[in-house]
Amino acid sequence: MTSKSTTQTIAFLVLRLCTAAILVAVFLLAGFLVWNGAPVLSLQFLIESPREGMTAGGVFPAIVGTFYLTLLTLLFALPLGVGAAIYLSEYADPRRRRTLYIIRTATVVLAGIPSIVYGLLGLGLFVLFLRLGFSLLSSALTLSFLTLPVIVSASEEALRTVPMSYREGALALGATKWQVVRDAVLPFATPGILTACVLGVARAAGETAPILLTGAAYFLPQLPHSVFQQFMALPFHIFILSTQSVDPRLTRPLQFGTVLVLLLLVLSLNTVAIVVRSRYRRKYRRVSG
Amino acid sequence: MAALASVLIVVLIFVFLFSNGLQAFRDIDVVSFLTGTIWQPVSEQPKYGLVPMLTGSLLVTGLSILFSVPISILCATYLSQVASPTFREIVKPIIEMLAAIPSVVYGFVALIIIADVIQGILHNPIRLNALNASIVLSLMVAPTIISISEDAISSVPYEYKEAALALGASKWEMISKVVLPSSLSGIFVAVMLGVGRAIGETMAVLMAAGNAAVVSLNPLDSVETMTAVIAIEMGEVTFNSTHFYALFAVGGVLFLFTLVINLVAQVIVRRYKELGR
Repeated sequence: MTSKSTTQTIAFLVLRLCTAAILVAVFLLAGFLVWNGAPVLSLQFLIESPREGMTAGGVFPAIVGTFYLTLLTLLFALPLGVGAAIYLSEYADPRRRRTLYIIRTATVVLAGIPSIVYGLLGLGLFVLFLRLGFSLLSSALTLSFLTLPVIVSASEEALRTVPMSYREGALALGATKWQVVRDAVLPFATPGILTACVLGVARAAGETAPILLTGAAYFLPQLPHSVFQQFMALPFHIFILSTQSVDPRLTRPLQFGTVLVLLLLVLSLNTVAIVVRSRYRRKYRRVSG
Repeated sequence: MAALASVLIVVLIFVFLFSNGLQAFRDIDVVSFLTGTIWQPVSEQPKYGLVPMLTGSLLVTGLSILFSVPISILCATYLSQVASPTFREIVKPIIEMLAAIPSVVYGFVALIIIADVIQGILHNPIRLNALNASIVLSLMVAPTIISISEDAISSVPYEYKEAALALGASKWEMISKVVLPSSLSGIFVAVMLGVGRAIGETMAVLMAAGNAAVVSLNPLDSVETMTAVIAIEMGEVTFNSTHFYALFAVGGVLFLFTLVINLVAQVIVRRYKELGR
């Protein structure tokens, strides 16, 4: 008995240590970035353009670029993604297993494709084949492909948590299939779909490799005023400052500041998504239980 | 129609990668592309050998999986079987946050701090190397492996666990002899998807690994991965040149790797679900 419980004690200790190691890594990472980035952050940093050959000033154009980029991405990805989710959860005939299987497999495959491959597709399809050039539009279209699986799977989950009884109630009142979807399902899935959007935006905002190949620019004196222009973006700004500038050490504070801005942006979007999702799940557990 | 978007995009990727990639083989011999050990696209006699990038990708991916898998699986076991529900509810979102951090941020951390730490400990002459990239990658793939294997471990039926306990097993015996073996295929899927994530990672590896296109399996050497070579050289290449097409061909190889990994994982998941029914 003693050896059995000793083994268990040791085993659990190892499990605890592994978990602790990961948590320590997270806190070290966060602490390091906040410690070095926080002193740089100021209103000035957020609303100024880079000055003196990008060795001083702020990141305003990169913030604006990332904002435009994610907005445009969402504009393309949202209708497609939610449309696909509605089809999968509401319309698809469960007997057509083959079609469903192909669609689902394709979505899973898409989620696993490296972002640089999306970049190649964007370069080949949008920049060169469709002659959209290196532009905000090319990058946004590329990123909308990349975020599609995120939006499809999160919206599908949201639609599925709407209790069956809502649909049956509406059908019993004589509603058509589309009326059921529009009035009895979608309104209740909205918070979940919004979560999907937020996750998609967070993903798009942090991507570097695809925009590197399709339109992000090193430095632009002006903000983009058309979707056919190039743009600056936060993740690309970090990459350029820390690897391609003449003296990366000189601009280290700027790099830390930009990292923290991007991190705060992406993590706060994710936190919103997680909170909304867990509330939403709890609510429907109550309804269906 | 929208539903078919995913299928359409996969097809588009196929078409554009291969229509561009295959044009490379008008000038390069397929065998020398796949077995050549020298990548010198910009020289008098350009050489396009993929082997340095293949070994680079495999070395970095292999090491990161080696670091990440044991810790991640043990952490998943702890969260699923031992930890209190409160602890689990707090820790899981923190780990999800790790997955949300953009890869360029990981690359930045590897570039400016992890590299120094490694150099401080090992006194290696090359600052940016495969070890540096795989350490940061192991952190990046951990959330994928943890959350998928935790799902697998948590889905082991109660009856199995109760039966083990009723036979007089301790909690650890129940976990190690009943729960973990029966969630093995789920854990395997988690590792596969971790491999897929690691091999496709671009920015972090590009910033951390040093990018020297040499054939080496030494973790302290600079290596260049398939992802990095595309990201670096695509910016300087003349469009529609052999070099340009060769980079698409590298992308095609990379795509095939991730495609196979994901399809195999998907097949296992399906089979597993059918068994459970």
